[in-house]
Order: sequence, then structure tokens, then C-alpha cells
Amino acid sequence: MSKKLVNAIADMREEEALKLVREMVKGGSDPLQILDAAREAMTIVGRRYEEGTYFLPELMLAGELLSQITDIVKPELAKMPEVKRYGKVVIGTVKGDIHDIGKNIVSFMLDVNGFEVLDLGVDVSPQKFVEAIRDFQPQVVGLSGFLTLAFDTMKETVEAIQTAGLRDKVKIMIGGGQVTDKICEYTGADAYGKDAMAGVSLARKWLGVK
Amino acid sequence: MEKQLSPDEKLEALWQGVLSKKDPQGNPLQFQSPEAEKAYRERVLRFKDAIEMKKLPDRVPVTVFPSMFPWTYAGMTVQEAMYDYGKCAEVFQKFVLEFEPDVHWGAYAPGPGKFYEILDYKLYSWPGHGVAPEYSYQCNEGEYMKPEEYDALIQDPSGYFINVYLPRVFGALGGFQMLPFFPGILEMYGVALNFIPFGLPPVQGTFKALFEAGAEALQWIGAIGGADGALATLGFPNILGGFTKAPFDVIGDTLRGTKGIMLDMYRQPNKLLKAMEALTPLMIKMGVGSAQATGNPIIFVPLHKGADGFLSDEQFKKFYWPTLKEVILGLIEGGCIPLPALEGFWNTRLEVVKDVPKGKTLWMVDQSDIARVKKTLGKNACLLGNVSSAMLNLGTPQEVRDHVKNLIHTVGKDGGLIICNGAFFDHARPENVKAMVDAAKEYGVYK
Repeated sequence: MSKKLVNAIADMREEEALKLVREMVKGGSDPLQILDAAREAMTIVGRRYEEGTYFLPELMLAGELLSQITDIVKPELAKMPEVKRYGKVVIGTVKGDIHDIGKNIVSFMLDVNGFEVLDLGVDVSPQKFVEAIRDFQPQVVGLSGFLTLAFDTMKETVEAIQTAGLRDKVKIMIGGGQVTDKICEYTGADAYGKDAMAGVSLARKWLGVK
Repeated sequence: MEKQLSPDEKLEALWQGVLSKKDPQGNPLQFQSPEAEKAYRERVLRFKDAIEMKKLPDRVPVTVFPSMFPWTYAGMTVQEAMYDYGKCAEVFQKFVLEFEPDVHWGAYAPGPGKFYEILDYKLYSWPGHGVAPEYSYQCNEGEYMKPEEYDALIQDPSGYFINVYLPRVFGALGGFQMLPFFPGILEMYGVALNFIPFGLPPVQGTFKALFEAGAEALQWIGAIGGADGALATLGFPNILGGFTKAPFDVIGDTLRGTKGIMLDMYRQPNKLLKAMEALTPLMIKMGVGSAQATGNPIIFVPLHKGADGFLSDEQFKKFYWPTLKEVILGLIEGGCIPLPALEGFWNTRLEVVKDVPKGKTLWMVDQSDIARVKKTLGKNACLLGNVSSAMLNLGTPQEVRDHVKNLIHTVGKDGGLIICNGAFFDHARPENVKAMVDAAKEYGVYK
């Protein structure tokens, strides 16, 4: 049953997957087992995205599926299980920029790949990033931005982190439509990712996750 | 019966109109000097020759197609550019006269701030309304069309826009929800029933807002259009005739949103396909209509969700390209020159889009591998762009010059190239923008 569910999710058969989940819940299956299957499917989805067989529609649908399944299973659980996390990431779209599609996808992919993500949303000031780093103590910070103005606000954000004395506590990655190596160098970030999985790879590398 | 013009004749008529430009009263345009008149003609023909790919222009044309750069460069905030129409137009004129591109695209980017306020536009945040004064307006993506509304859109796209979509994205257009079904207005018997809504306060309120918005738009276009006219008399043409969109982006950008359309690809693919087919003739009509209204042949088609990484090849071929191709061919049929903008990277799409009719289109290239674009699409179409935002912001003038020189010697050596920025930019080092224009003039002369 679990295997069937993993495949239904990974192969984007939404109706079948949800039907299976409902049947499993009704049949008294361990809800944790259902969540494990969903998580296993997400790993497959991530791998297919990385290999270039899946694209954004599949990530969007996978995200929908995961939240629908969680909603079905949640009432059956006393509390949501603790998931083993490799590390913490603070992410947000920098000041002045309200684009969030790319950022949301990176956030989602980091989450399903075992990182605890604090998503600060859009138009996030350097100060807000600094405060979040102090409170949440992430190892990785992700700055997103789509507009040319973001080059400067990313730089400002990196500088604010530096001034706050937190620069050596975090690795900083940036991303967005117009971002290149050159922009990365300009902002003072450690690296840039060209898509969501590149962001996951960077976080993995920095945290020594295989 | 009047003889139907062929697509080529329609286009040629538009070009001739641009070349023998009239002032708003319909009289021949009075140029500031014979030199300005000569330069104007040369600039238009330079673009025309580059696009048509039949003979080489005198040199590689160059243009700057920014979003807010002219105003940020002048030290204005975007907010000022959006609210002070006169200053917006004046600054834009100065920008064109200083940088001297062959053609410009008008001062339309900021748009009339007050107008958006009157109509309570919700689709965007703009300076003072969710965005800081110095930043550009930005789209608030959402599900403005619900997943169960495809049938309504397919059956009657215009009716759907009027009764459902517009009231959702403009707070002041709530009264449109009550407007009658216009094709039902047929005979004397009962005809007055259709007009009852116009007597009701919500509809009347909406129309009051519309009168006010219309007056504001007129004031704005007076200033902005005035800049076009003044620049023409100084020898700088604007040949942009309007814009339209790929049906996939119409639904994905502003109706269902990125997530909505991507879920629909799995949940209701046939409805999505049908809706795009229903929108296709409307998108053609939109482009052809505005080319006729403005008298300018180029129709800009910004392309978003077809870029590399968004969809698989199969999905691109099934969902994105067929209706976009129809729009492109329909625009050509209507005597326009489509200018699709390949925003971001399109390396994986080139083999699919390359077979367009030769010399009838112009493609804006952002960061795609320009050599590959030249070998595929570039065989049939003139390319414009490829000077990246990163280079304009952070490069040196020498780097920009080298890049432009290289573009001219590789991509442009047999024609079919226009030097331009690759993506819309609000900020750049001005000396880099200047270097881009100057390098094209220096290295681009065909011997």
C-alpha cells in the first residue's frame, strides 16, 4: 500500500494518491507511515526535478499533494512527528522586491529535503534578516530578488549581517532571474543558485550533508 | 468592394506611415531641422532593413529599451515619474537626446499613478501603494480567476473580463458585475430591461470613476504622447505599436497565476487548452488593433512562463507554443512585426520556435546562448538584446564595448542584429548604457 502511495504521488496521480490516503486512514494504517510515504515521494520528485524530467508544474502539484495529505492525516495524530533536520535556513525576498514565486519554490524544496526553513516573506529589510539570524540561528541564509534593485538591497543585507557580527555564522546564497556570478560577487554573498535544486545543493554542501 | 490588402501590403503601409509621419492634426510633421528629418528616416530604415533581412542596413541599429532607468538616472523616484506626467515626459526626452539610440520606445513605463488610484488597481503594488517611492511597481499574483470558471471564460472571454475579472482587479469597477449581457440586446420588445443596471447606484458609481479615470488617462497621454511627437521632430522615432501576450501567459500571469495554471495542466488540461484557444484570436486582435491605432508596426510580446526551467519540453510544445505561434502568425497576417521577448533563458526552446517566416519578426534575447539563438531562430529572424542587466549594472564601459563588438562581429556580421539591453532595467551605470549605444555606432558600420 505504501509503495503504491509513493508511486502515485511521485507520478503526479493526484486523485489516486488522495484516494489511497483516505483508504489507508480508514483502514487504520499508521498515519506516520503515510507521512513517511509522502516524504519518500517528495525525495523522488526532487530527484526528477534535479535530473530535468520534472519542472515547476510537478513541484507545484507535489506541494499541493503534500499539504492535502497532511491535512487528511493530521487529525489522526496526537502531534506532528519530529522530522530529522540537517540544519536551518532563513530565506526571504529582499527589501523593495515583492516577487515570491521563485523564493517559495526554493523554500519548499529545502523543506522537503530536510531543512528547517524560516521564510520571512517578501520585501524583507536587512534589519529583519539580522534579527531572524539572531533568533533562529540558521546556518544558511537565502536572499531572493527578481528586480535590478535587488542587487543593491542584497548587498545591503549582506553588509548588515556583517555589521551585526553574524557574517561568519552563516553562509549566504542568493537567487533570482537576473542573478549571475558577477552579481553574487557584488553582493558579497557566498554563492548563487540558478534554480531551486541548486539552492538545496548549496545548503547540503555547506552543512556537509551527503 | 474594397480590395483586401495582403499582409505585406498592410505592413508596408504602416512603414510608409511611419516614414511620412504626420502631426496630431494630420499635417506632415514639421522637423526641427533638415538634419533631424534625414536622421529620422535613416533610423527608421535602419530598423526596417535589419528586421526584414533582405539587405544590410547601413549599420547595426541600436536602441535602449529600459523600464525605469531614464527616471532613476535623472534622480527622480519612480513615484515622481508616475505622478508628475510633465516631468516624466521631459526627463524621458532628455534621456533620448543624451543617449541617442536609433529608436526609442516612449515614456510609457511609469504610467499614470493617479489613474491607478482612481480605479483602485489591485493587481499591482506601486510606489506609495505597497512599494517604496524609489522602487518600481510590481505584480500581486493571485487566483483572480477561480479554477471552476474556465467554462465562463471559454464561452465568452470578453464577457468574463467585463463581469468577473475586471471587478476583481479594479476595486472601483464593482458595478461591472451588474452589466447586462450585450448580445442579448436584440429587439424593441424588452430592450429597456437590459439597461436597468445603468440606473442603479453601483453601476453609476463605477461609471463616475471611469469618467474620472478616462480624464486622467487623457491628461497623461497628452504629456507622454507629446514627448513622442517632440522627439520625432528632433529625429528620434518610436515605432512601438502596442503589445499583446502569449495566451498561456495571459492565464498564467494575471488570471490563474503561476501556481493556478500549473495545477490546471494536471487537473483540467483540456479546459486550459480550450481557454487558450478562445483567447488566441483576441490576443491577435489586440495587437493588430493597436498597430492600426498607433500607426506603428512593432507589437511587443513579453514571454514569461515558457522560459527554460518552467515547463518540460513536452509541456512547452503542448501548452505554451501552439497558441503563441498562432498569435505570432496572426500578427504577421495583420501586417504587424511581432517582437517576442525571450526573458531569462530560452536555450531549450530554440528548436521549437525557430521556424518562423523569414524577416517578419524581431526577437528580444536576454541571457540565452546568443550563438545558439543565431544558428536557430536567427536564421529567420532579427535578434535584439543580449546586453544583460548584470553587465549594465556591474560591468565596466570597456566590458560593454567588448561585448557589443563581439556581438556585431559574430551575430551581426550578416545582418539581423539590433544592439539593445536584454531585460528591462530600472538601474544601471549610465556610462555602461552610453557605451552600449556608442559601441554599436562605432563597430556596427557595414562596409
